[in-house]
Amino acid sequence: MMAEIQLIEIKEEILSDNKKEAENLRKLLKDRKTFLLNLMSSPGAGKTTLILKTIERLKDRLRIGVLEADIDSVVDAEKVAKVGIPAVQIRTGGFCHLDASMVMRGLDAFDLSSLDLVIIENVGNLVCPAEFDTGAIRNAMILSVPEGDDKPLKYPLMFSVCDVLLVNKVDYLDMSDFDMQALYARVRTLNPKISIIETSSKTGQGIDAWSEWLEREVKAFFA
Amino acid sequence: MHELPVIQSILNIIVKHASMHRVKKVHSIGLSVGTLSDLEEEWMQKYFDHLSAGSVAEGARLRIEWVPAVLSCEECGNRFELDKTRMDGITCPACGKKKFSLVSGREYHIKDMEAE
Repeated sequence: MMAEIQLIEIKEEILSDNKKEAENLRKLLKDRKTFLLNLMSSPGAGKTTLILKTIERLKDRLRIGVLEADIDSVVDAEKVAKVGIPAVQIRTGGFCHLDASMVMRGLDAFDLSSLDLVIIENVGNLVCPAEFDTGAIRNAMILSVPEGDDKPLKYPLMFSVCDVLLVNKVDYLDMSDFDMQALYARVRTLNPKISIIETSSKTGQGIDAWSEWLEREVKAFFA
Repeated sequence: MHELPVIQSILNIIVKHASMHRVKKVHSIGLSVGTLSDLEEEWMQKYFDHLSAGSVAEGARLRIEWVPAVLSCEECGNRFELDKTRMDGITCPACGKKKFSLVSGREYHIKDMEAE
């Protein structure tokens, strides 16, 4: 007898498990009244410093926790814990991004009902984190001036999944040929609704505007 | 760059369907993947061969249909294909405006499998 090869229809989304997990996480967050922010960028764009500045501005008004993802170190979590904020380190062990189940496991280490805001510092990478829904309520990314204004052309997906873009290290603008107008145009081509805030953790420029944006989003989520 | 978890998900789904249909061997798997994903065909197959060893899908070939990234003009609704090598200064070929939403290009679907 000849083996019969059949074509079987499947029609399933490959990352559907992650999407389901992310939706479950969002339900849990709504339940516990905890806002989850997913912060993404390249390595060295200034995520940790910006998180510390954000904590400074908001810690009297919001109870904050930080979920640090790193391939294999605990340096960032230690910096955050130093300022008295609960920090949990997820070592991704070589993984280039966080997915919803990793975030869920990381959040287990917090008492969510005692926190208003958890900030995820995702793995420094502009490619992979864009593909995986972490279960966060909002996605934010940092692009630092030294990286150049052409990044939206190279990493379009990352720029298209974010709700807010922080253009950081604007104190370097004088020393570079970074074209801010060109950047805005490139980003908004693929994401017309994105908020863009120019920041410098060094001079403090834009940190108020960013903190206000974040607090507004948190309050809207609780409303 | 993140082929591994994606391929693991594909394999899980295939194994599930293989057992549902009581097939003994999966010969090929039809996928549709958006061109905005940074997956690389050669590596997908390599990871698949590695992960599927010893399973019902060992040796199966991935048939990948790349779905083009299509933009829709926010102004006039015109749809056109995005050329990833010419991302700068994109304007709508119909009305010349510069704001778009993404219609396709992020797909990650398993369409079918050939099995016996």
